[in-house]
Amino acid sequence: MRLLALALCLLALPLKAEEVVLGLSRDKVAITATFEGSEILIFGAVKREVAIPDIPLDVVITVAGPSLPVSVRRKDRRFGIWVNTDEVRLDAAPTFYAVATTGPLDQVLSATEDLRHRVSIPRAIRSVGAASMAEDVENFTEALIRIRRDQDAYQLLENTVALDEQTLFRTAIRLPANLTEGIYPTRIFLTREGRVVSQFETAIDVHKVGLERWLFTLSREQPLVYGLMSLAIAIAAGWGASAAFQVLRRG
Amino acid sequence: MQIYLPIAEVSVNAFLLLGLGGIVGILSGMFGVGGGFLMTPLLFFIGIPPAVAVATEANQIVASSFSGVLAHFRRKTVDLRMGTVLLIGGLIGAAIGVVIFNYLKSQGQVDLLVKLCYVVFLGVIGAMMFVESLRAIRQTRRGALPARKKHGWVHRLPFKMRFRTSGLYISVIPPMIVGVFVGILAAIMGVGGGFIMVPAMIYLLGMPTKVVVGTSLFQIIFVTAFTTLLHATTNFTVDIALAVLLLVGGVVGAQFGAMLGTRLRAEQLRILLAIMVLAVCGKLALDLLLTPSELYSIASGAGGGH
Repeated sequence: MRLLALALCLLALPLKAEEVVLGLSRDKVAITATFEGSEILIFGAVKREVAIPDIPLDVVITVAGPSLPVSVRRKDRRFGIWVNTDEVRLDAAPTFYAVATTGPLDQVLSATEDLRHRVSIPRAIRSVGAASMAEDVENFTEALIRIRRDQDAYQLLENTVALDEQTLFRTAIRLPANLTEGIYPTRIFLTREGRVVSQFETAIDVHKVGLERWLFTLSREQPLVYGLMSLAIAIAAGWGASAAFQVLRRG
Repeated sequence: MQIYLPIAEVSVNAFLLLGLGGIVGILSGMFGVGGGFLMTPLLFFIGIPPAVAVATEANQIVASSFSGVLAHFRRKTVDLRMGTVLLIGGLIGAAIGVVIFNYLKSQGQVDLLVKLCYVVFLGVIGAMMFVESLRAIRQTRRGALPARKKHGWVHRLPFKMRFRTSGLYISVIPPMIVGVFVGILAAIMGVGGGFIMVPAMIYLLGMPTKVVVGTSLFQIIFVTAFTTLLHATTNFTVDIALAVLLLVGGVVGAQFGAMLGTRLRAEQLRILLAIMVLAVCGKLALDLLLTPSELYSIASGAGGGH
């Protein structure tokens, strides 16, 4: 895979007259106790050593969260009640995924390029071997996309990248509050007539900080201590409330 | 005010959680139920992952039950001896329940079974209590004396023990069986089991309603504490931030509940609990019977893989 990528790069080298110079409003997102989501401004310029070609330039920007395996279940009616009957396990689906473009995605990116770079939302989900689990795997992946899109976890933002003079581009991507920790790879593609002419990749680091970080680490590394602490807090709170009320009633 | 929960990894409104905790706490103090059968579905509804909801709920029940039981201790309405017998049964039952649960999980469809369990038990118990307490209310209206306690088969069993607080002299076998049974159901359904325990104590063991509530709470504390530790160490799904918000509301609510409980008459208390149990049962039954708006559901990666 890496060799292939390298070969592709080498092939693309003579053509690579245009390069992305990127800026991010922030490359770290800290999840605090009162985290309400975050908006990231992605902006940049196209650096070129040649004159601007006649064919118009397009920009596609993707931000992806960590990929995790996912089970999608479907209900069906059995003996009058609704039960989960079918299940499809997908190897990896991003917990967050946003695609922003300068135009309709199917026009700015050809199907083959989409397949190669896994840009559109359905392509970002890996479902190798899923076909053997149900006859209609597409329905399951569609359902996954539909449900996550309703939760703002998957966003298709066509026509939201502003491109000036074929050189300066910018867009804003809103990360919802329900974020999973991890490295969020961010990719920028420059395309012409649906073909990728240049590509740039960076990452946004999303992590918990402070108390959130401490509790999460403790729950994973010292589960017994964490459990006992939870119980101690529960008992203390129960006793505290009881004592406080007794004082109130007497007073 | 939105708050991000570190383990659940979702962001929810803090006041909503405080409110939910408060309402369930009132019910807990009033009826001696942990409130898990009500809270767990509510947490699913506001978007907390099921595994986290079940585990955290257990932790919250510890707090509200503890707060409630202290109020009952002060009024001397806890039968410690009965509570201990029930607890021994309960822990045995919980261990058996976990084994059954894991077996069903390996067979799939555990979700459905849990829901069916809820519908069947809530339906049967709710209906029984409703009918019985309605009859009791009518009788007191007519001015007739409530029927004397009958000496049934329960009183002919060996290993008799005197339960002074409850005013009973019965065999330890029935309470032990009740404890085991409730323990099994508690482990499978992920609740404290108060809603089964309370009617079982009233109708099967013939305990006075006032003592039943405190004794049930006493037993629930230990069973849910055990469950919390089990979840924290095996599934890492106890969310302490969520628990704190719920229990702050919960402990305050439990105190109010205990106060309200003393104002109401026993059969009124029972009919209210019956109505509530039936309402939750009805909601769950509808979920199973009506065509869902979304046929598909997602079980996310880490926890849902097995």
